[in-house]
Amino acid sequence: MADSTQAAAAPKPSSSVKLVLLGEAAVGKSSLVLRFVNNDFQPNKEPTIGAAFLTQKTHLPTRTIKFEIWDTAGQERFASLAPMYYRNAQAALVVYDVTRASSLGKARHWVAELQRQASPGIVVCLVGNKVDLAEGDDGPDAEEEEGADGEEDGQGEAAAAAAVKPAAVKPAADEGAVRKVSTKEAKAYAEEEGLLFFETSAKSGLNVSEVFTAIANAIPEASLKGGRAGANAAAGAGTQAAIMAGADSSKVNLNAKAGGDKGQEGCAC
Amino acid sequence: MQDDLKPTLGEQDRSLSLTKSPPEAPRTDHDELRSIPGDTVPSVEVSRELTPPPLPPRPRLEVQGRPATSSGSSLRLSKRTSRPQLLSQPTTALSLTDVHPQGRLESGSLQSSPASRPVSRKQSASHLGRFAGSSESGGDDSASLRSYAPTLDARLDGESLLGGLVETEETPAWRALSAQIERDDPFGNIETVDNEFSSQLEHEFDSLETGENDLRTEDDLLELWKAKLKHFFILSASGKPIYSRHGDDHLISHYIGVAQTIISFYQGADDPLKSFTAGDTTFVMVAKGPLNLVAVSRLGESEPQLRTQLESLYMQILSTLTLPSIEKMFSKRPSTDLRRPLEGTDVLLDGLADGFTRGSPSTLLSALECLRLRKTHRRTINETLLKVRSPNLLYGLIVAAGRLVSVVRPKKHSLHPGDLHLIFNMLFEAGSVKASDGENWVPLCLPVFNNTGYLYMYVSFFSTSSSPSSNNDTTSQTGSERPASKVKDDELAIVLISANRESFYELRKMRDDLVLQLEKNQSMSLIKTAIHAGHQPCTDIVPGTPLRHFLYKSRGNVQFTMPSFEPHFHGLVAKRKLMSLYASLHENLHSRTAKTKVVHVVGKEATALAWETPLFELFCVAGPGATRSQLAAGANRVVQWVRREEERVFIIGGAVF
Ligand SMILES: Nc1nc2c(ncn2[C@@H]2O[C@H](COP(=O)(O)OP(=O)(O)O)[C@@H](O)[C@H]2O)c(=O)[nH]1
Ligand SMILES: [Mg+2]
Repeated sequence: MADSTQAAAAPKPSSSVKLVLLGEAAVGKSSLVLRFVNNDFQPNKEPTIGAAFLTQKTHLPTRTIKFEIWDTAGQERFASLAPMYYRNAQAALVVYDVTRASSLGKARHWVAELQRQASPGIVVCLVGNKVDLAEGDDGPDAEEEEGADGEEDGQGEAAAAAAVKPAAVKPAADEGAVRKVSTKEAKAYAEEEGLLFFETSAKSGLNVSEVFTAIANAIPEASLKGGRAGANAAAGAGTQAAIMAGADSSKVNLNAKAGGDKGQEGCAC
Repeated sequence: MQDDLKPTLGEQDRSLSLTKSPPEAPRTDHDELRSIPGDTVPSVEVSRELTPPPLPPRPRLEVQGRPATSSGSSLRLSKRTSRPQLLSQPTTALSLTDVHPQGRLESGSLQSSPASRPVSRKQSASHLGRFAGSSESGGDDSASLRSYAPTLDARLDGESLLGGLVETEETPAWRALSAQIERDDPFGNIETVDNEFSSQLEHEFDSLETGENDLRTEDDLLELWKAKLKHFFILSASGKPIYSRHGDDHLISHYIGVAQTIISFYQGADDPLKSFTAGDTTFVMVAKGPLNLVAVSRLGESEPQLRTQLESLYMQILSTLTLPSIEKMFSKRPSTDLRRPLEGTDVLLDGLADGFTRGSPSTLLSALECLRLRKTHRRTINETLLKVRSPNLLYGLIVAAGRLVSVVRPKKHSLHPGDLHLIFNMLFEAGSVKASDGENWVPLCLPVFNNTGYLYMYVSFFSTSSSPSSNNDTTSQTGSERPASKVKDDELAIVLISANRESFYELRKMRDDLVLQLEKNQSMSLIKTAIHAGHQPCTDIVPGTPLRHFLYKSRGNVQFTMPSFEPHFHGLVAKRKLMSLYASLHENLHSRTAKTKVVHVVGKEATALAWETPLFELFCVAGPGATRSQLAAGANRVVQWVRREEERVFIIGGAVF
């Protein structure tokens, strides 16, 4: 996807962006990165061990962004290491699996932690992955709608129940409905929290490069220069994501004053 | 020739074994890590650190009447008047502490390779006598071996190992595998063997995941499950399933229940059950604190071998969680479900388990294999490593397709094959690190080094097929044509380990510097050439001998070397069978404290010789027609070859700072 470089002909200003992927294990974080970096997909990807570090460039009209990507493993035992990865990050992808309701609960948890602990200017994008499963399950439209309806039924409750166990809320989930998190529910949540939001498929490639482009656009110019304060500037940049609540991305910045882990930033990127 | 086969006394063997400390032995020193130059040890996890034991745990060796506490092993050794010269040897070994006496081949009088050497020790000398010392006639040779034979018990008798395939000792699996093999060239024909066992072996690693077998009934699944030749289970002391190589919880729950009942019955009786056999199946149990590990094998493996395998699985669990955290979880809540904290590590356990099922020389010998490189080339690489070493580095490794290229380590810390095995397994068996195509930063505990805390491992893989910046393409090209080198074997990894969890970027820079330097001084292309060259065929190493394969372990260096499996041992079944043979030889060599340091077996399928001295263990396999003297000659040739090649096939010392 993201154009593999070379367009360096015109010397556009180039800057690095540290990005971290968070989310429950097996939601497709590594697959999204693999799609973004290599335009490839592996059906039976093995679980990430520890964390993987990758880089990839994205070319915007006015500048080149070099993403330095931390793909974390997502398993519980690594939770205490997460700050090491999101500290100093300018962007975070919080990923859930649209076919697994619990994964959205986990995503909410990560968003909250980022808001508390991460750099104030961090751009957060909520990503619902594996939409290919939700589509493939039904005939193109018919059942899809049915599934979506089903979601909506459960949605109110799920939200009320703090999305901890939305799955349990609708036990007899329609046999055919693979999708367990409706677009509507997730989108509403993203808007509320001021997150960029996309539904993607690492398998088909749907929306994957869009996610990274949207993030690149949402990174405040000021923060690229090293300052992290001018976050508001970012709001306007979320053009691509506008449909999906991108316009709110400043909210995170305003809320998040953070984390008690200043003094010990060991790693300059 | 025969007088060259100088078996050593069991007692000497034990003295060497003394240096092989169990993991818990060294935990007596504290805080040494903090004194590593430049190491600020910000990581609280690694709260203590100890002089590591020279070797990884070798339960089997421990059995041999060794004192349980071995922290004083070197001291003990130092009291052995029989081999004082070893004590002053500086260690250069990969995994020996500096005080560890080590048997380099240079250590003159100990040099026990063939055709030479006066033996300095009484024991050896007297032992030698058994070989009817004198002359070179083939007659004498066989006579001496025969005279030796009586000291072997029935199990050691060659016929029961290889020849008497119908004897009761043979497992049905082995029998089945062997039944159709022609007498004259059994291994040559092994690919044509088509029977229950070999076809089962081919399917041994197939998944039982229901997702792929939706159409199968539960009974079908159970049949498939039962057909597996080997099972590993890990359960908590309270009976919760933690890991099973095959089958999901539902499928195995009944069996886990039975296992749990049996284990707890005996534990309750304060008489823990260690193993039992039922027909051709061996069951082995190992209790490790709150965990019980069970191996079930129809591959004819011995109890100590299975025990070692279970220990290794346990080490993997420690590596993921550390001992204190496991203990804490279970003391808080005895019914803890360890699956959650272990989530995602099944691939690592599977990798180990399947390695055991396939049979791995490295595991069998508890030793590492190195990439063969010229001494000067290796020295250049070592110097480069030292030059670019960054302050927070603890260990640095260059690993090519599971073989070590070079090591950089602090003087006071050695690397342990047991720990390295876990790392290699993670790198080369579990795909995710390798496949990630980038760099990885992996917290892990190296349990032999220190089972209480985490270290942080930077891993970066390179493909060796394309050598982008190499200015020496021609050399690497020639090698890459070899069909033997599969994509899988083409990988080169740089592994940098630190106690500092924040040192990723620092180590990453070291990697960049290292690669730059290695490319500048041509080392990179030399390494790639060596990787593509693969293992040498046996006929190149010892031409003119009937040997088809061998394993040579340098005990002092804790490393082994071997030729290519091709052409005689092609494919899973043939390799497994060869490894089974090695395993029996190994077992025979080690199972008694004894006297027996040479084992010679003659079978319908193959002949083999195992030979142990304080310096090395050597296992040679030839075709069925080979005579004893031919085998002995072949063994001597191998030893001579190793002596010549020692600094190429082994890392002697590595880069120490
Ligand atoms: N159908 C489908 N499967 C996916 C998708 N993304 C990932 N997967 C699969 O989901 C599993 C977990 O993916 P992985 O990237 O390892 O998840 P991670 O643990 O979040 O990094 C793998 O088997 C992937 O092949 C997707 O978009 N569609
Ligand atoms: Mg992953």
